[in-house]
Amino acid sequence: MEIRPILSALMRSKVSMILIGLQVALTLAIVCNALFIIGQRLDLMNRPSGMNEADTFTIGSIGFGQGFDVRSTITADLNLLRGLPGVAAATTTNAFPLSNSGWSSGLSLAPGQRTSTANTAFYFVDEHGIAAFGTQLVAGRDFKAEEIGFRTPNDEQLPRVAIMTRALAKLMFPDVADPVGKSFYFGGDDDAEPATVIGIIDHLQAPWVGSSIVDNALLLPSVLTGGSSASYLIRTEPGRRDEVMKAVEEKLGTANRSRIVRGLRSMEDRRTQVYAEDRAMTIILGSVIVALLGITALGIVGMASFWVAQRTRQIGTRRALGATRGDILRYFQTENFIITTLGLIVGGVLAYAFSLWLMNSYQSPRLPWYYVPVGFLCLWLLGQLAVLGPALRASRVPPAVATRSV
Amino acid sequence: MFNYYLQLGLRSLRRNPILTALMVLGIALGIGASMTTLTVFYLMGSDPIPWKSSKLHYVQLDNWSPDEGANSDNQPPDQVTYRDAVALMDAGKADKQAAMYKISLPVQPENPDVKPFMALGRATYADFFGLFEPAFAYGQAWGRDQDAQHARVIVLSDQTNETLFGGGDSVGKSVRMDGVDYTVVGVLKKWDLRVKYYDLTNGAFNNPEEFFMPFTTAIDTKRRSTGNNSCWRSPGAGWEAYLDSDCVWIQMWVQLDSPARQEEYMAFLNSYVEEQKKLGRFPRPLNNRLPDVKQWMTDQEVVSRDVEVQVGLAFAFLMVCLINTIGLLLAKFTRRAGEIGLRRALGASRRQVFAQFLIESGVVGLSGGLIGLALTGLGLVAVRSLYQQYANVTHLDWTMVLMTIGLAILAAVLAGLYPTWRACRVQPAAQLKM
Repeated sequence: MEIRPILSALMRSKVSMILIGLQVALTLAIVCNALFIIGQRLDLMNRPSGMNEADTFTIGSIGFGQGFDVRSTITADLNLLRGLPGVAAATTTNAFPLSNSGWSSGLSLAPGQRTSTANTAFYFVDEHGIAAFGTQLVAGRDFKAEEIGFRTPNDEQLPRVAIMTRALAKLMFPDVADPVGKSFYFGGDDDAEPATVIGIIDHLQAPWVGSSIVDNALLLPSVLTGGSSASYLIRTEPGRRDEVMKAVEEKLGTANRSRIVRGLRSMEDRRTQVYAEDRAMTIILGSVIVALLGITALGIVGMASFWVAQRTRQIGTRRALGATRGDILRYFQTENFIITTLGLIVGGVLAYAFSLWLMNSYQSPRLPWYYVPVGFLCLWLLGQLAVLGPALRASRVPPAVATRSV
Repeated sequence: MFNYYLQLGLRSLRRNPILTALMVLGIALGIGASMTTLTVFYLMGSDPIPWKSSKLHYVQLDNWSPDEGANSDNQPPDQVTYRDAVALMDAGKADKQAAMYKISLPVQPENPDVKPFMALGRATYADFFGLFEPAFAYGQAWGRDQDAQHARVIVLSDQTNETLFGGGDSVGKSVRMDGVDYTVVGVLKKWDLRVKYYDLTNGAFNNPEEFFMPFTTAIDTKRRSTGNNSCWRSPGAGWEAYLDSDCVWIQMWVQLDSPARQEEYMAFLNSYVEEQKKLGRFPRPLNNRLPDVKQWMTDQEVVSRDVEVQVGLAFAFLMVCLINTIGLLLAKFTRRAGEIGLRRALGASRRQVFAQFLIESGVVGLSGGLIGLALTGLGLVAVRSLYQQYANVTHLDWTMVLMTIGLAILAAVLAGLYPTWRACRVQPAAQLKM
């Protein structure tokens, strides 16, 4: 393949070449970074919460009036829930993963310690908590029924036993093979009393999905009531969630008239909502990528068509002088390859510059190196496909055109 | 002449329909993407109360732990303690002032057809209504004396009034909430806020509350905040200990009518904190702040990073579309060298050819802008369905419509400059020879 005539032809239409090259460059820079952001968001959205989300839902109860007895209501509700057909486990809890609202605090290793060793979310649950979350106890034991007490947010004393996630245990006791039986303190008061780790669960997310402590959760044996309200976490037998949800809402609604039952939501629903912004970002960036590739491809088609039209006579002359159709096809494809490559080289630099800007302005991670070479391959392919139509048309120009004058 | 060129432009659009469609589509897509993101960006960040935003100040006091700050960037906590809120209210040094927090209460309607429901409310002071100026449909705000009396009074939103009383004048009627009766003193008109700037801690895009009641009444009935609550040390047991603690859960706004008043108030805050330091509170260095509405919105990052990145990407996309348009216009104009040569030979000046082709680019821009406007509308519908909480910031107003069309024409004319300049350089002789 003779490159020199292509280059000299390109030099004569420098502006068009620069325009297509710039377009390819910007496309590469945007597509690489947008794809990278999409990838990060997908990773975030696919992180497991540690719960059995498919079969689990939540519902809340808020009593009103002076005479409302929250403790007896919770006891009655839980008995009712656990007796319903299809219910595998039920507990009260103050918060759930994926809910973005809850209680967190620092833990320390010694009384009087000034800054905490690790921060964690608190889940106040009863002895059915681990079963209701659907997480795995990997060491130690579960709570016993006699360890569960009622408490309000105004009570000071926190329980003396706790179950923590493996991730939290690793932060608290990095060098300890078996953290069960270890002590820790809530906060850093000088006269704080220790609490003991009685069990380790595999994994359970904190309520805040955007937080740096999302893997740190501490289960505490208590029924926490915020005034007259309570919330329940219910896991059903596989596949029976929707049916049980309906039954639970109805049964709780009629069981006690001096309260409001609300917040009936599946964990799946919570997952969709809590990641709505990330999902939106992936859809928007995805649309930008598609539109951008489309525009760039159309730009190449338009430009190539124009060049073919402009050079019809030269093509005819070449054909008359013995060039085959394949030669003409290859000519336009090589030309496109050269322009695209020049654009891609500029685009590669732009892509890293863009990534640097995102890193500085938004603390986003560095663009992994392989995005750019993969982008090269995709845009080479896109360019070749886009130019194929006009190039085929050029190859069909009959040699006789050369003899015609305009 | 302008009309004639406009006609020529329109006719030329029809002559090369595919090339023209590509150009118009390119501009339309670029404009649609940029204006969609720009609208969200602009409405999120725009001043929610322009006539007095510089007079409204949020109060930040640094009562945090001696060992670590409330935030990594040395900002004080974003709310204040009960002790400090009440002390500042009692001092009354600002032109208007209101401490407030978010509550939720079960409403027990008298009408048996309406089921009991949970209502989100705001416990605040009488000045709240003077600070943020919601309009009243019936009645008025409660008075400062009722703040002092812990009066069982309530102001309803239009929606709550609709639910409970069918939308009529309900002033003087009573509403039972969690076993306590409250007398309605006022009903608000529909209050649309793009950004709920007075409580950015608990959701910048939430709707205003369903009812408002005196702060003192809510404290009297031991209503905890259902919003954000942060403590750097354990508050101790019981309600009184909680009120006395260093936990922050209250928002505090003041109105200061002049820069001099702002300075006075800052001095007052600093002396207040110095006094508290003598009592063993406020262990950190003096770090009080009084951001105004816009500063507070910036501090709290109301405009999300995602939206900023989207605006950046959309404009980069618009740039690609414009580069594309330049190339296509160049192709189109070059093809018409013969026509240009003829016009020049017949006596048209370069300036006239220039005007003609620039207007033709403008026509492309206008067409692209009109389609882009439709795409912007569709884009906003899409954004609304993707981000439900952005319902209040995804509307086109007249400014944005005009800006869309204007930007499209400007972009197309800019894109047309180089191709037009090339077109003007056509030598009449070279084209007429053949």
